[in-house]
Amino acid sequence: MKKRLFLAAAAVVPALVAGDAAMAQDKTKAGFVYFGPVGDGGWTYEHDLGRKAVEAEFGDRVETIYQESVPEGADAERVITHMALSGADIIFTTSFGYMDATNAVAARFPEVKFEHATGYKREHPNVSTYAARFYEGRAIIGYIAGSMTRTNRIGYIAAFPIPEVIRGINASYLWARKANPDVEMTVIWVYTWFDPAKEADAAQALIDAGADVVMQHTDSTAPQAVAQKAGTVWTFGQTSDGAAFGPKLRLSSIIDDWAPYYIDRVRAVMDGTWESSATWDGIDQGMVKIGEITDEVPAEVKAGALALKEAIASGETHVFTGPVNRQDGSVWLAEGETADDATLLGMNFYVEGLTGTLPR
Amino acid sequence: MTDFPILALLAGMIVAATPILLAGIGELVVEKAGVLNLGVEGMMIVGAICGFAVAYETQSVTLGYLGAAMGGAALALVFGVLTQFLMTNQVATGLALTLTGLGVAALIGQPYIGIRGTTVGAVPLGPMREIPVLGPVLFRHDAMVYISILIVACVWYVLRFTRAGLVLRAIGENHHAAHALGCKVIVTRLAAIVFGGVCAGLGGAYLSLVRVPQWAEGMTAGAGWIALALVVFAGWRAWGVLVGACLFGGLTALQLFLQAAGVAVLGEYLSMIPYVMTIVALVIISSGRVRAAPCAPASLGLPFTAAT
Repeated sequence: MKKRLFLAAAAVVPALVAGDAAMAQDKTKAGFVYFGPVGDGGWTYEHDLGRKAVEAEFGDRVETIYQESVPEGADAERVITHMALSGADIIFTTSFGYMDATNAVAARFPEVKFEHATGYKREHPNVSTYAARFYEGRAIIGYIAGSMTRTNRIGYIAAFPIPEVIRGINASYLWARKANPDVEMTVIWVYTWFDPAKEADAAQALIDAGADVVMQHTDSTAPQAVAQKAGTVWTFGQTSDGAAFGPKLRLSSIIDDWAPYYIDRVRAVMDGTWESSATWDGIDQGMVKIGEITDEVPAEVKAGALALKEAIASGETHVFTGPVNRQDGSVWLAEGETADDATLLGMNFYVEGLTGTLPR
Repeated sequence: MTDFPILALLAGMIVAATPILLAGIGELVVEKAGVLNLGVEGMMIVGAICGFAVAYETQSVTLGYLGAAMGGAALALVFGVLTQFLMTNQVATGLALTLTGLGVAALIGQPYIGIRGTTVGAVPLGPMREIPVLGPVLFRHDAMVYISILIVACVWYVLRFTRAGLVLRAIGENHHAAHALGCKVIVTRLAAIVFGGVCAGLGGAYLSLVRVPQWAEGMTAGAGWIALALVVFAGWRAWGVLVGACLFGGLTALQLFLQAAGVAVLGEYLSMIPYVMTIVALVIISSGRVRAAPCAPASLGLPFTAAT
């Protein structure tokens, strides 16, 4: 009996989070579906800051609801459907794995607008996709890493061999090498977005292999904690500021800022001007930000990094500008040529100079 | 490609082995008493957050471990009361314990996300640190590594050479016979379950205090299941758990070190092996043949009601 009560309670909690279904019609209702807990200090945390910015911007004219820790797959479709049924006017689904679920629900609710983060499928006129050009941030971080390393070895903890991650590795490496031609980059694939113990072990292995700057494309701050133990190793904040680890351990950070986009899109729904679109914004539009560069970084390196940031923002510098060869020595970009978005979106090769084999 | 850091790899192996060693040796005692507690993962994660929270609030790692042990024990006690007094199914209760533990830990952990953990120093072993090869591998760790090995030794000694160990094993082999001889089946099992909780809690705390060291939701990421498999893999022998933990931990460390050294080809396969071994072990445990295996407690997982 007690157990049954407990189960009933467990079933009620998510429903409470999703909010009351009966809502006044004059308010615009925005729903957010999160992959992690809002307190993950990284990816989901930043999306939730965007949601709060929407509330702050529109006050009483908007109502937001969210559901956290939604697994990718069948559950996602159920959650999105529930949100659409509860009267949401626009729904943001914030993980790559919600792609098919988002499109499936969009087919059944043509009046509701759907916004899917980091995906590419827009099967219905009421679906938009949006993503950030994180690689622009990684180029700047890579430049700092290349300037700072004393051992000429940068460690990189990578999640999965998908274009998004490979782009980040290539961008970091190219700009680290521009700052320091002798730099080498060691990549460890951990095959998880989030496993603090494994990320910590990977950071330790990189440090033991001689890396004194560790970059990461995983979600936890375990590498920072390991760097703290090692004492003489630098890291960067990932997706969120990670300022708790500054200033000695965390030189700077890449921050995703979704707030302006979310405000824009909710306003478009209110005005009736919403249209399906594919957004891929970077430093220029403020979707990717560089966290404070600490004093641990020498002034001239900091100046160089900020100059690079300006150049990328103004469009003067493209992160991938030729001459750049692929790892096998074949020409990718000729002198002065810049990479097109299609190649970047499908990037599946290392650039020349990176050691190690890219897993297939 | 640099020189392969074999000493660092071995040291990393020990760090990776310690959490599953602690959880595994606790579960070994529980199973030796004839109880199957599948809630190791839940007890570990509760230990991880209790350890981190207490250590952070008191700035004392020792108190942190104490808090972790109590957190693990409290959850284990819930399991004990449910299975020993209310006669619930051990498998289902254990699974529920894992889910509950993950949820409870996430709840307690809300204020501790993104906070810097404490730094745990190595035990000052003086000249032993400088012994070539052995020094860097064995004598530069924190206290819990040595305590965990001590716990293994104690468990081995108690189970093998003391009356209490004999009683515990007797209860695990045939609880009716042990009961007829006057052994206190329920009390002994409760004690074993609590001991398992203490050990799992310490193992979890080792993650949040030493190996990572910080709190993150779901940070045990399956270590509890590996610990369960470890007990089967070890054939219910205390020293076998130590060997298995080093093997499992070594494989985790090895694949990362190979990648760091530029050998990426084997990475995926090596990272698979602990899980493949786990699956094989779990197949064995569920096939029913386990009772014929040497050292497997004959009454494992069976409910006990005192015959009148």
